[in-house]
Amino acid sequence: MSDATRRQRLRALIQKVSGKPAPADDEESLFESGLLDSFALPDLVGAIEEEFGVKIPDSDLNPRKFDSVERMDDYVASRLA
Amino acid sequence: MTEFQEPARTTEPDAAEKARLAAGSAVRAGPVRAYLHGFGAHVPARVVTNAALAERLGRTPEWIESASGIRERRWASPETSVADLAVAAAEDCLVRTGSNAASLGMLIVASGSASRGFPGPAVEVAARLGMSTALNATPALDLPIASAGSLFGLALAMRLADTYGDILVVGAEKMSALIERAPLDANTAMLFGDGAGAALVSSRPGRWRLLDAAIHSDGQYRGDLAWQPGDALQMNGLSVILQASRKLPAAIGEVLERQGVAAQDVGAFLLHQANLNLLTRVAKALGVAQEKMFTNLERYGNTSSASLLIAAAEWEAANPAPGPVVFAAFGAGFHWGAVLADAGS
Repeated sequence: MSDATRRQRLRALIQKVSGKPAPADDEESLFESGLLDSFALPDLVGAIEEEFGVKIPDSDLNPRKFDSVERMDDYVASRLA
Repeated sequence: MTEFQEPARTTEPDAAEKARLAAGSAVRAGPVRAYLHGFGAHVPARVVTNAALAERLGRTPEWIESASGIRERRWASPETSVADLAVAAAEDCLVRTGSNAASLGMLIVASGSASRGFPGPAVEVAARLGMSTALNATPALDLPIASAGSLFGLALAMRLADTYGDILVVGAEKMSALIERAPLDANTAMLFGDGAGAALVSSRPGRWRLLDAAIHSDGQYRGDLAWQPGDALQMNGLSVILQASRKLPAAIGEVLERQGVAAQDVGAFLLHQANLNLLTRVAKALGVAQEKMFTNLERYGNTSSASLLIAAAEWEAANPAPGPVVFAAFGAGFHWGAVLADAGS
């Protein structure tokens, strides 16, 4: 899977969970922008697990890993490697 | 009455559980003879509505309710202490269970908001209940665990009742002392309330038999929900909800699976009253109807360690239908767990 495809799928998940388009800037904080809150985040984590067929362990449930498209993508890429 | 038998495993432990067992970190369920006899509760008279807080927080009453499920909470007067609240709930529990302080073999008081470092409120509560005059100088134990404190108290009492007899578990919090400061922090001030709850656990047969308990802690998140006297309450809501959303259903599933009880067969789930959205999420994860999640959050807010036992006292007073009941909590530490009980005799 290419980096662009992975990010596109992540962007689609963010839109699905938040109901709003993901920001154009991949480094923009999804929490500070209000796109994700404390209850959307668990939904997003569950959606990532389903979409990419990975199990995210409790020890990786650090909000910082999911704070932006870029950070999310780095984490998912590491899980898929 | 048939003797309790620990059910045989129906499945092999997975890799993670094997690792935990190898490390000796898992408390395994074994045969226990402990019963819940009943509950008690006390909340201060002062009602603080969302409308009373909204302007100070820069939010609307409707926003506060939609974000938390809370309509109002109780805040104690400045002169009221954690021990005052605890004594009132303890006395209510003793009356409701037809017991008395002199017959207690142990007192456990959970509180994360006590103003004094040591001794904690347990010895004051014991003295004011009259326990200290007993010939055997009954032990009084503090659990400064906050939100999951009462749950941990129940789990410990379940294991200790065979040795100590009647054990009174109390959760008491004056959360307003942590948050009622100028300026109010919008993220925490709207959530918390004051109150106390209590439960009587005994080796004597009682209304509910305690079947199993699972308690866990993970200190790597200790800074995500924390308070020390003189400072403001620190809360990383993103981390708390993210972890609680996973760990609460997992802990509940742990005791249900061990005892061979389906979540759908549980009569009621009594959870730490932290946030209505979280309770809804846990119900969904377990595949049970939202109606099985007892809630009184809308009237008291999050009363930390007190909330589980205040909820239990109100649930008991409503004459619940028979059936297994699950207690569960998650909070600062992080500490979390679940306790399973069923009809006693």
